[in-house]
Amino acid sequence: MSISHTLLGLLESGPRHGYDLKRSFDQRFGHDRPLHYGQVYSTMSRLLKNGLVEVEAIEPGGGPERKRYAITDAGVSDVQQWLATPEKPDQYLHSTLYTKVVLALLTGRDASDVLDTQRAEHLSAMRVLTRRKQQGDLADQLICDHALFHLEADLRWLELTAARLDRLATEVRR
Amino acid sequence: MKPTGPLLVATGLRKTYGPTPALDGADFSIRPGEVVAVMGPSGSGKSTLLHCLAGIVTPDAGTIVYDGRELSAMSDSRRSALRRGEFGFVFQFGQLVPELTCLENVALPLRLNGTGRRAAERAALARLEQLEVDDVRNKRPGEISGGQGQRVAVARALATEPRVVFADEPTGALDSLNGERVMHLLTEASRSTGAAVVLVTHEARVAAYSDREVVVRDGRSRDLERVA
Repeated sequence: MSISHTLLGLLESGPRHGYDLKRSFDQRFGHDRPLHYGQVYSTMSRLLKNGLVEVEAIEPGGGPERKRYAITDAGVSDVQQWLATPEKPDQYLHSTLYTKVVLALLTGRDASDVLDTQRAEHLSAMRVLTRRKQQGDLADQLICDHALFHLEADLRWLELTAARLDRLATEVRR
Repeated sequence: MKPTGPLLVATGLRKTYGPTPALDGADFSIRPGEVVAVMGPSGSGKSTLLHCLAGIVTPDAGTIVYDGRELSAMSDSRRSALRRGEFGFVFQFGQLVPELTCLENVALPLRLNGTGRRAAERAALARLEQLEVDDVRNKRPGEISGGQGQRVAVARALATEPRVVFADEPTGALDSLNGERVMHLLTEASRSTGAAVVLVTHEARVAAYSDREVVVRDGRSRDLERVA
């Protein structure tokens, strides 16, 4: 995820301090990975240098000065361009799971054990997400669904591979 | 929590239809209040396993013990009584009685068990409320959506407060949102009554509502809790 574009996008709704930006980011997009303060301030410095934000006000406080950042016209254009650019779909062509299955077959181990162990791990993760989804708000439900659909796709691959193990074994041992 | 012994245990089940073995030595067990997903590819034998566990189909070999009693040793009438009183069923297509209202459908298993009409309908209404479909109580199954129909079917399965609910692809005919709603309500409602749920599904997102998974492949079962 582009942290700079996300912070920039959050600034579009009105000027904010770095602390407010971090809080808003964590609340909406951070989930299990909140931003470090250092990340926020280094990102804002870069955006400032590139003319995408400006300092609207500096307020003295008990500690260091608090800067209130505002997005510039160039910043708004940058957000617009980012939103309009599609994300490159992951290719998923380098799979550790696939490598493990092939190696298990090549070395005469039980590849179905590899698949089932992974299957149990995936389903266990899906249970955690499902519980979290049941207790969460709509935003939580959507982010959990995103993860659940991806895990489900992996599980379908595991199932399909389990059904093709004999053929795969013949091919890799050729 | 004090560990509880299994409520339903199947060992070495075999069942053959013509030349095709549907079950080839399948094992299964479930504890009270537990939700166990039975997964596997189409034709793997998972529905046959469910039918054997519920006493609908008699296996060619193997044993099924429910609450300390062996199913195959019971008479047909005793097995029928068990299915009416202690087991509940949800199928892929609700299988509600089209001529009855939703309230009458949910009250039906109680009426068959000898409960009076008023008491049965009072209990049925409480179940419909729990499944959030009390607004369709006076409609017939043909007048409601698929999602509502499945929730009515779940309410009917739970009407007698069964100790085991057998759900065979309960979300198979529903879209994702309705399927999730049915699963949420089914697992919540069964946990509130302490019922065990045997959940046959091919969808991982549905299985994720379970506590444990058993995979059936080529008629043989594998308890994935014991793999890792």
